[in-house]
Amino acid sequence: MSHADMVPEAANAPKSPPPEVNAGSGEAELQRQRIRAAYLFLLPMLVMLALVAAWPLFRSIAFSFTDASANTIFNGESEWVGFDNYVERSVRSNGEVRWRGVLVDGDWWNAVWNTVRFSLVSVGLELVLGMLVALVLNAEFKGRGLVRAAILIPWAIPTVVSARMWGWMLNDQFGVINYMMMGVGLIDRPIAWTASSDTAMIAVLIVDVWKTTPFMALLILAGLQMVPRDMYEAAKIDGIHPVKVFFKVTLPLIRPAILVAVIFRALDALRIFDLIYLLTPQSDSTVTMSVLSYRELQQFGDYGEGSTMSTLLFLIITGFVLLYLKIGRVDLAGDKG
Amino acid sequence: MQQVWWKTALFYAGVVLIVVIAVYPFYYAVITSLESGTALFTPNFLPEMITFQNYVNVLTQGAFVRSIGNSILIAGVTVCFALLLAVTASYALSRVRFRGRGLLLMTILGVSMFPQIAVLSGLYELVNLLGLYNTPWALVLSYTIFTLPFTVWVLTTFMRDLPIEIEEAAIVDGASPWVIITQVFLPLLWPALVTTGLLAFIGAWNEFLFALTFTISETQRTVPVAIALLSGASQQEIPWGSIMAASVIVTVPLIVLVLIFQRKIVAGLTAGGVKG
Repeated sequence: MSHADMVPEAANAPKSPPPEVNAGSGEAELQRQRIRAAYLFLLPMLVMLALVAAWPLFRSIAFSFTDASANTIFNGESEWVGFDNYVERSVRSNGEVRWRGVLVDGDWWNAVWNTVRFSLVSVGLELVLGMLVALVLNAEFKGRGLVRAAILIPWAIPTVVSARMWGWMLNDQFGVINYMMMGVGLIDRPIAWTASSDTAMIAVLIVDVWKTTPFMALLILAGLQMVPRDMYEAAKIDGIHPVKVFFKVTLPLIRPAILVAVIFRALDALRIFDLIYLLTPQSDSTVTMSVLSYRELQQFGDYGEGSTMSTLLFLIITGFVLLYLKIGRVDLAGDKG
Repeated sequence: MQQVWWKTALFYAGVVLIVVIAVYPFYYAVITSLESGTALFTPNFLPEMITFQNYVNVLTQGAFVRSIGNSILIAGVTVCFALLLAVTASYALSRVRFRGRGLLLMTILGVSMFPQIAVLSGLYELVNLLGLYNTPWALVLSYTIFTLPFTVWVLTTFMRDLPIEIEEAAIVDGASPWVIITQVFLPLLWPALVTTGLLAFIGAWNEFLFALTFTISETQRTVPVAIALLSGASQQEIPWGSIMAASVIVTVPLIVLVLIFQRKIVAGLTAGGVKG
């Protein structure tokens, strides 16, 4: 990668005159110049983001108001149908009122419920387990580096690979999980983890928690490391029980770190696609909003309805973020005050 | 002191448990990838046999090697491109005070955490209009949606922490913002660039949804899609041995990288978050 490629641009960039640091007007001029340069520096990024994020988002939302299908998406023959993809009321000749559209679709609400259920349980579990792992890593002991290296492994493994790995381990006939659980007598016959509707969600949760707890743990650990050590020393001298110290001192201090970690994870969980698409492809008990929308778009070629679902997901996530930031008063930009 | 030893024992038991749970699935994938025939289908804790047949199969049949090449190319180009744009942008965001900076930062963070499915149909249209469908460039373009905001965000937090004095000295010397970036900040930023680049590379390397949607032929697939669609002689027969071999092949380099850059990665992961 050569930054030298960009040097010619530097020649065109306005050369700042020698700053008269003490003169008020010179400083103001310098400031103006820096702001001009800042806008120039931001421009390429903004253009790129407009092209790959803002425009496609706008188009996806626009598709949700049309009857676009795989055949009409490119030739402009799709028609504007207003909110019909969301909800459409029609009166039959016999006076019977019919409702159609995503918002009255049982499959959609099933997917919403699955997504919410999955997000709540997975983020909750990851928070508790991540906290435990972080507390362990925050203690000083021999081999701490080794443990930290080990927990980075699940994080580094591609989701597709972990879905495959666990799919194999959870296999009903040859899976090592069934083998182990039968070995210690937890179950008396093999469970079809990924195929059975009772256990499919559990399987997905196991894999997700395994893969993403390390991320949670590392973020919480970073928070823990900012708690001054003297605090613990002082509490120890005062004879306060460690559990009490944790809830009264540590937890309030690492609250910002936890809030940030939770929202990062929650956003990931709400949009989950790959793991469920690969681990439990046919299961109604795990299908999420992203998976359902993808199915509609790619398998059925229904761009109108698929985009309606993706737009609703976008709105739900945006609403969640705004609510969370308001309630948690999270300062993500570190820019306030 | 009597009660201390069992606490220590309990603590180390916890430590061992964490390590085993973290590492075992990958270990099991390695074992499986080294077995064939009936050994493959018997659960075991040590390999019953060692054969590299699965690896040979994966690397010689189909287009898996090509997929590895595609993934390296796509992730590499995406990351270089994102870093190039991000260095100047994050200088502006971290060192210059201007109106709307906070809002812009929040927007960038918002884009990086966007549900990918929300832009899928729009991107699909864009990719086709630009004639990029089923080419690596479709993925380079679409991966920018998460690599660019991410690199900008992390580099901004890194740059914000650099002392103001070095920049002031340069300003007094009459250096333009461009010179400040290239001559003053860039040399200090190398470690951050490596970290951010590595994290963005891993993100692009692992991406699945766009890769699945924007490629159709076997030769254009990236590694995750190739592994997801790896199939055996018949639909029913899932080639677990080959899948595990392929998984090990693409995961080992990542794990090696992660272990080498362990400290930097942890710093990069947490740089975005724990400022508050």
